[in-house]
Amino acid sequence: MADIAHIPPLSPASETLLRHYRSQVLTRRVYSVIGVALVVVALLAAMNYANAANSGKFFDRIPYLFDFLKNFVPNDPLEIFRAMFDIESPYYDGSLKFDYTSDRHYLTESLYIPNFVYQLIITVNIAVVSTIIGGSLAFCLCFFAATNLVGAGVVRWVVRRIMEVLRAFPEIVIAGLLTAVLSIGPIAAIAAVSLHTIGALGKLFFEVVENADMKPEEGLRSVGATRLERVRFAILPQVLPNFVSYTLLRTEINVRASTIIGAVGGGGIGEVFRLSIGRDHAAKTYAIVILLLVTIVCIDQFSGWLRRRLVGNQSFELGRGAA
Amino acid sequence: MTAISAAERNRLESKYPAVFRQGFFRRWGLLLGVGLTVAYLVFCWFFFSVGPALQNGKWDRAGIYIQDWYSWRAQPRLRFEDGAVVPQWSSRGQYAEGAEIDWLTPHDDGSMTATFGSADDRLEISTTQVDVYVDGVAWPVMITDNGVLAPRNPPANIEQDGSKVLVSYGFAGQAEIRDNQVAVQRRFLGWANFLYDPRSPLWGNDLFDTVGLVFSGHGQQVLSEWLGNRAWQHADILAKLMQTLVMAFVGTLFATLVAFPLAFVAARTITPNRAANWLMKRGFDFLRSIDMLIWALFFTRGFGPGPIPGIAAIFFTDTGALGKVYAEALENVDDKQREGVKSVGASPASVNRFGVVPQVLPVFISQSLYFWESNTRSATIIGAVGAGGIGLKLLEAMGTNSDWDKVAYMVLLILGVVFLFDNVSNAIRSRLIGPAAH
Repeated sequence: MADIAHIPPLSPASETLLRHYRSQVLTRRVYSVIGVALVVVALLAAMNYANAANSGKFFDRIPYLFDFLKNFVPNDPLEIFRAMFDIESPYYDGSLKFDYTSDRHYLTESLYIPNFVYQLIITVNIAVVSTIIGGSLAFCLCFFAATNLVGAGVVRWVVRRIMEVLRAFPEIVIAGLLTAVLSIGPIAAIAAVSLHTIGALGKLFFEVVENADMKPEEGLRSVGATRLERVRFAILPQVLPNFVSYTLLRTEINVRASTIIGAVGGGGIGEVFRLSIGRDHAAKTYAIVILLLVTIVCIDQFSGWLRRRLVGNQSFELGRGAA
Repeated sequence: MTAISAAERNRLESKYPAVFRQGFFRRWGLLLGVGLTVAYLVFCWFFFSVGPALQNGKWDRAGIYIQDWYSWRAQPRLRFEDGAVVPQWSSRGQYAEGAEIDWLTPHDDGSMTATFGSADDRLEISTTQVDVYVDGVAWPVMITDNGVLAPRNPPANIEQDGSKVLVSYGFAGQAEIRDNQVAVQRRFLGWANFLYDPRSPLWGNDLFDTVGLVFSGHGQQVLSEWLGNRAWQHADILAKLMQTLVMAFVGTLFATLVAFPLAFVAARTITPNRAANWLMKRGFDFLRSIDMLIWALFFTRGFGPGPIPGIAAIFFTDTGALGKVYAEALENVDDKQREGVKSVGASPASVNRFGVVPQVLPVFISQSLYFWESNTRSATIIGAVGAGGIGLKLLEAMGTNSDWDKVAYMVLLILGVVFLFDNVSNAIRSRLIGPAAH
C-alpha cells in the first residue's frame, strides 16, 4: 500500500515490478470507482422512477404512514389476545371490527378452535403438503438431471429446462388459473407452491447427486447391479441427509410462500390478514402478526435444530442460494 | 447366488451381529415414514376437501382457458336484420371497421359464408336457413318461427339444444344458431393484433412489413403505435415490469447497504460486546421472521400502491436475512489476517478494512446477488398483493378470465427477465469467487 517508494536504491527489476504493481492498483481502483458510480446512478434513477410511478409520493406520504400507525392501536392490549383466541370483546358494537366470536370453528359443543389459529393450520398444512408433493417429484426427477448418472444427453437437458421453467414460473399465475377453474381455495395454493418446489428442490437435489462419491456405484456395477439398485444402495445413502436438510429448509420457505399465495386467493391466514389490515381492524391485525411471527420462528428453530443434527453446520452456509 | 452352509451362516451371524440384528427404526423406519406421510396426505385430502373441489371444477372451461394462452377467437354475432345477415362485433373486436375478413364472406343477396379451416367445413348463413357443411356434406338447419330445427340424424358436430342448434368444428371454432342470430366463434393460432390494434393506421402490417417500415425510416411511428396498442397495452405492461424490477433492485441494494455495517456489530468476533451482538441478531431475526406479505400490506396502506411499498417490504425482510448471513460469514473469517494488520498498529477501522473486508466482500456480494435473483421472482407476488408492478397487472388480467393471451405474454416476459438476471448474476458471481463456488 503506502510507502514502498522511499526505500532507497531499487534495482531496475524491482523498479519494473513496482511500476507494474502501481499500474495494476490504479486500474483496479478506476474499475471500482466506475462500478460504484454506475450502481449509484442506477440506484438514483430507479428510486426516482419508483417515486414517480407510485400513487403516493414518498415524502408526501411519510406523515400519513405515522398517522396510520398512530391510529392503528387497539383499544387495550388485551384486545389483541381476545382477537387471537376468539374471546368476546367488551367493545363489541355489532361491527365486524370487534366481532371475534362468530368465526369460531367448533369441534364439540363447547370446544372450539379460534379462527386465526384454524387459518394458520390451513396455511402450515398447505406448506407441508406442497413440500411433500414437490419434494417427492423433485426426488424422482433429480436423478435424471445428474451428469454422473445419465450423462450429458438429451434427458438431462430436458429435465433441467423443466426445472428452470418451474422455478421461474410466477406462482400467482398457476394459482390464478386454478382459482378460475376450481374457485377460490387451498388447492390452487398447493398446486402453485408444489410446482415451484419441484423446480427449486430439483436443482439442489441434482447438485447433491452430482457431488456424490461414485466409488460405491462402481463397486455395485462391477457385481452386476441394475441401474435402480445402484442408485438405491450406492447413491441414496450418501445424499439422503442432504436431501432431508434441503427439504426442511424448503418447508420454512414454503410456509412464507403459502401465506403470500393465500393473500391472492389461496385462502388461509394470508387472506384473513389482507382483509383485516385493509379494513383497519387493529387488534385482529396484531393478533395475526404475532401468531405468524411465533409460528415462523418455531418452524425455523425446529427445522434448524433438525438440520444441524442431520448434516452439521455446513447446511447453514448456503444462505438463500438455496431458495 | 449359491446357498451357504449352516456353519458358515452361523459364523457370519456371530461375526457381524450389527448387520443381521438391526434396530427397529433402522429396519422399519423408512417404511414407517412413508406410511405416516401417506396417511397425512390422505388426511389432508379430506381436510382440504380436495375430492368435492375437483368434482365441482369447471373443467370444460379449463380447456378454453389453456387454449386462450396460444390462440385467439373472433366472436362476431351474425344478426338477422331485415332479411340480411349483419355481423356485430363486441368491444374486443379484432378487425378494423370495413376490413375484408377472409373466413367471413358476405354475399349480395344478404347471406354470408363462414369458413372453418377448409372450404369443406363452412356455414352458409341466410335468415331462413343455415347450411352446415361437414366434410363437404351439407346439413340444412331450418330457422322457423318455432325455433331452429336441426336435420334428422345429424353428425356428432351438430346438436339440437332446446330451440337452438350448436355446431362444433373442434379447435377451428363453433357456432350457436338461434332464430335471430348466429353466434360464431372462430379460433386461430397465435395472438391477435399483437403488433397494432385495429384502430391504428399501421393495422394489418405483419412482422416482415414492420421490419421494412423500420428500415424505411418509420421507426418512430412503428414504436409509438406498438406501445400504444390498445388491445395489448405494451407501454403499460413494460412499465409495470420495470416497476417490479426496480422493486427488487432497489430493495436488495438498500438491504445490502444497511445490513453491511450492522453485520459488523452483530458478529461476535468483530464486536466484543455480547449485549450488542445479541440485540442486533435478534433484530435481524425479527425483521426476517415477519413475513414479506405483512411488510408489503403494511406499507401499501402507508404509501399507496406502487413500487415504494414493494421496495420497503423487500428492504425490511432482506435486511434481516442478509444481516444474518453476513454476520455468520464474518464470524467465520480467518483471524490471521486481522492479527497481522493489528500487529503493525493499525486502528480498529483499518483492521476491519484491510483484515476482514477483503475476505468477506466476495461472499457478501455473491449472497446479495442470490437475493437479488430471488427477489426478482418474489417482487411479482408482492405486487399482486397490492404493491403494484407486473404482479397486479397479472392478477387483473386473470380476473377478467378472457385475457389469458395477455397473461401468457406477461409470463413470457417474466421468464425472460428471470433467466437474463440469473445469467447476469451467475456471470458476476463466477468472476468474483471463481466458477467452482456456485
